[in-house]
Amino acid sequence: MAPSDMAPSDMAPSDMAPGDMTPATARAATNGDAETVLEVQDLKKFFPVKRGLLSSTVGQVYAVDGVSFTIRRGETLGLVGESGCGKTTIGKLVMRLLEPTAGVVKILGTDITAVSGRGLRPYRREMQMVFQDPYSSLNPRMSAGAIVREPLKNYGLDGGSIGGEKQAEALFARVGLKREHMAKYPHEFSGGQRQRLGIARALALNPSLIVADEPVSALDVSVQAQVINLLMDLQVEYRLAFLFISHDLAVVEHISHRVAVMYLGKIVELTDKRTLFTTPLHPYTEALLAAVPVPDPEISRQRLILEGDVPSPINPPSGCRFHTRCPYAVERCRHEEPPLIEVQPGHAVACHLREVGAPPIKLEKRASATA
Amino acid sequence: MVATSTEFVIERPQGWLGRVLEFARRNPTVVIGTSILALMAAVAVFAPWLATDPLFINPIDRLKPPSKEFWFGTDHLGRDVYARTVFGTRISLTVGLAVATFSTAIGLAIGLVAGYIRIVDAIVMRIMDGLMAIPGILFAIALMALFGSSVQNVIIAITVPEVPRVVRLVRAVVLTIREQPFVEAAVASGTRLPRILVRHILPNIFAPLIVQATYVCASAVIVEALLSFLGAGTPPEVPSWGNMMADGRVYFQIKPWILLFPGICLALMVLTVNVLGDGLRDTLDPRIARRMG
Amino acid sequence: MAEAATFERAPTPGAEPGRPILEVDDLRVHFYTRDGIVRAVEGVSFTLNRGETLGIVGESGCGKSVTAMSMLQLLPQPPAKIESGTVLFEGRDLLTLSDRKIRNVRGNEISMIFQEPMTSLNPVLTIGLQITESIVLHQGLSKKAANQRAAEMLELVRIPDPKQRLGEYPHQLSGGMRQRVMIAMALSCNPKVLIADEPTTALDVTIQAQILNLMLELKKDLGAAIILITHDLGVIAETAERVVVMYAGRKVEEAKVKDLFSRPLHPYTHGLMGSIPRLNEVVEEGATRRLQEIEGTVPSLIEPIPGCAFAPRCTFATARCHREAPPLEQHRPDHWAACWETERLEALRHGPE
Repeated sequence: MAPSDMAPSDMAPSDMAPGDMTPATARAATNGDAETVLEVQDLKKFFPVKRGLLSSTVGQVYAVDGVSFTIRRGETLGLVGESGCGKTTIGKLVMRLLEPTAGVVKILGTDITAVSGRGLRPYRREMQMVFQDPYSSLNPRMSAGAIVREPLKNYGLDGGSIGGEKQAEALFARVGLKREHMAKYPHEFSGGQRQRLGIARALALNPSLIVADEPVSALDVSVQAQVINLLMDLQVEYRLAFLFISHDLAVVEHISHRVAVMYLGKIVELTDKRTLFTTPLHPYTEALLAAVPVPDPEISRQRLILEGDVPSPINPPSGCRFHTRCPYAVERCRHEEPPLIEVQPGHAVACHLREVGAPPIKLEKRASATA
Repeated sequence: MVATSTEFVIERPQGWLGRVLEFARRNPTVVIGTSILALMAAVAVFAPWLATDPLFINPIDRLKPPSKEFWFGTDHLGRDVYARTVFGTRISLTVGLAVATFSTAIGLAIGLVAGYIRIVDAIVMRIMDGLMAIPGILFAIALMALFGSSVQNVIIAITVPEVPRVVRLVRAVVLTIREQPFVEAAVASGTRLPRILVRHILPNIFAPLIVQATYVCASAVIVEALLSFLGAGTPPEVPSWGNMMADGRVYFQIKPWILLFPGICLALMVLTVNVLGDGLRDTLDPRIARRMG
Repeated sequence: MAEAATFERAPTPGAEPGRPILEVDDLRVHFYTRDGIVRAVEGVSFTLNRGETLGIVGESGCGKSVTAMSMLQLLPQPPAKIESGTVLFEGRDLLTLSDRKIRNVRGNEISMIFQEPMTSLNPVLTIGLQITESIVLHQGLSKKAANQRAAEMLELVRIPDPKQRLGEYPHQLSGGMRQRVMIAMALSCNPKVLIADEPTTALDVTIQAQILNLMLELKKDLGAAIILITHDLGVIAETAERVVVMYAGRKVEEAKVKDLFSRPLHPYTHGLMGSIPRLNEVVEEGATRRLQEIEGTVPSLIEPIPGCAFAPRCTFATARCHREAPPLEQHRPDHWAACWETERLEALRHGPE
């Protein structure tokens, strides 16, 4: 069915509960597993490295190398890692802004890597994105109202000038913007307001999944809280599935239900946030947590400082990719790549030292002993 | 500057007149340039009322210096230099505007497609490289030799070499804009390609394109004069500044006015258009206009 | 391999703590722009003591970087104009020094490290050339001795194979390595004061930890005083001894780091601390706390602000706050705040507990 055939629906916020208005085409596939909104299986994305006059391919950037996870309705999965770990690429792959090299991305049970062009459009509605940079993610030559109404127009849900105005007004109100703001242009807004505008645009189609790529890292500290609170409220209200990508562990911990830690294109640890932040099992997670400066001068912590830099994803280290910086690495880590294994219910980790049956190591204790 | 890059919500003056005055205060070059150009356009349009017949030959009044009767003097055929200069404005403006319009329109269409579709890009850009390799003046002379001299042919001759320059600019801008997150955002929210081109890419090209158009216009005015001067441009009887300067060349040391007045007008027009272009560039570039310091 | 360490926060031994080395008084910097006068810094005063780490914290546009840049006359004038103020460094007012004299201070007695390690290094010159340049200039060493010194500096900032690195170009180094090179350059002339403007903001957390650790260790060894400019309260809490909080070009609070974090006296500082998510909160409180919001946005610095700059966003604001700018007052020993309603903030903090 062509999207323009879809009946325009009333978009008052209270009516926007997921499932009420989305076309049957998109929702039908969810019957099998009603709860899982996004399922990613063994996703890979390699970028060719080209050199020379004839642009011959001399290598591959292993940006994302075999990543799997799921997100259920109403759940936030935090994706955390340092720059170059592939977290942003995953966001774009899920949004189909990039073509995956291999792997499966299922939205509401349908593999969208197999469809393209026109066939993709019903699924595009189900997933929306909030971008990092509130400046460059809004077209400077479009008014705020037009920006928010554009997704509606794309799917013929705008309902003419009056109906569209009404819907945009409701969305503006929901994200804390005023009606008068609709005629303004992006440069007339502050950073926080622009990000609200970006969120309103993402909400317009009443999606099931929102991918938020560093949505607060470009904002001032005093404004970050406003946007974080807004995102969390909206998630509860609309039971959105959230893929929250960030380098900021404190923000990820605050907003997420479950957290996946990435290192050089792979997930090294994946569990619920409480477990992750209290008993991290992967040495990288542990080091990452220790590196975050704590805004409390009374806490004088023993900190584990990792030496060296993140290796290049063009020639990632053999075996476990973290072994070059890992304080506990053994011979086996250099040769054999550890798989992501669920070592405890709901707690997956990719580390030879944490395999079931491996001798238990108190990593934290050993770290401080070298002080 | 670090501290000044914070976005301030600036109160703009209210009312139509207030806004115009505010604009003039902020962008004096644009206002001055536009005014002079408008004046020249008016001269071109109302030429028959401002001057006598530019083609009228009066051998008795040959080579007269500027006087009350002949403000700019007369040339070797006794034609009124003032009348010819006034009518020459028509030719220069017509050629300048026509070339600017055609080359930007064609360049925009080609550049837009080339910037967005990879396969087209490779082919189109090689063709453009080939076009740019042909010397513009030689191309014009060859064209004139083949099809005879007329204003129309001059416009075509100048437009063709200008198009690749515009294509390159448009393509470069498209390549930058299509990587912008707002375009990704549009794709992500299900926007179709034509709408992305029209709503997101096109409005953001206009600013650099208009600036480029002014430079094309200025250079077209010069090239037209040059072609006429060389005798490869507008037909010799047509009062264009280039033709007049060619006529006056021989007498320059003894009767300088024949060459001087069209020369001054030509310089003034090119300068005005360039000043306008610079002013527009500063005004339309949001990075310069919005950010201070 | 890994090392475990605690950040050393204590004043440098033997550096006569308490004796001021740099005194900024009533600094006022305005920018003259097309849109009007941007009042970037409005009467900021503070003192840096020998061997001390002073943190300046604030959001973008609060004037913290402008303050630092204007101290070394690094702002282009115009559009910038220093309207008033003195910056006393060992008896000299840096703001009135001639071009030649201030160049002698820059990079020699006072060094700066910037946020962006890529753009602060010249991409077409080798690392070695860039380090030796200032050594030759300020210390008058021969080319060979300067090279030796440069290699020592790279070793000091723990760059492996320093000799080899001297011949490399900035793009061959990672972000963390480049920032180490910047630190090596800044320290190469044994400066008395090191100004670090967001030195770790562009870096990943694990690299940030390395760099902060390095800076503080070197400070201990070399005895320099540090001004650390950042927006990150966590970095401040872990590294600074004393903190200046800035908002909209004004200094709103100054205190020892522990006092500031345990009892902030200005509603802005208080709000800022409530608005940041903290690690391990879940563990402590069981459920996720809702972040405290500071309503509104940073004010325009073009319009003159007659009262307290934070008043429009402040929950404690009264009519007086909008009208009259509060003076910076000492409320407790070494704890200064510019707020009319400090008592109400204090009462609120003690009330519910």
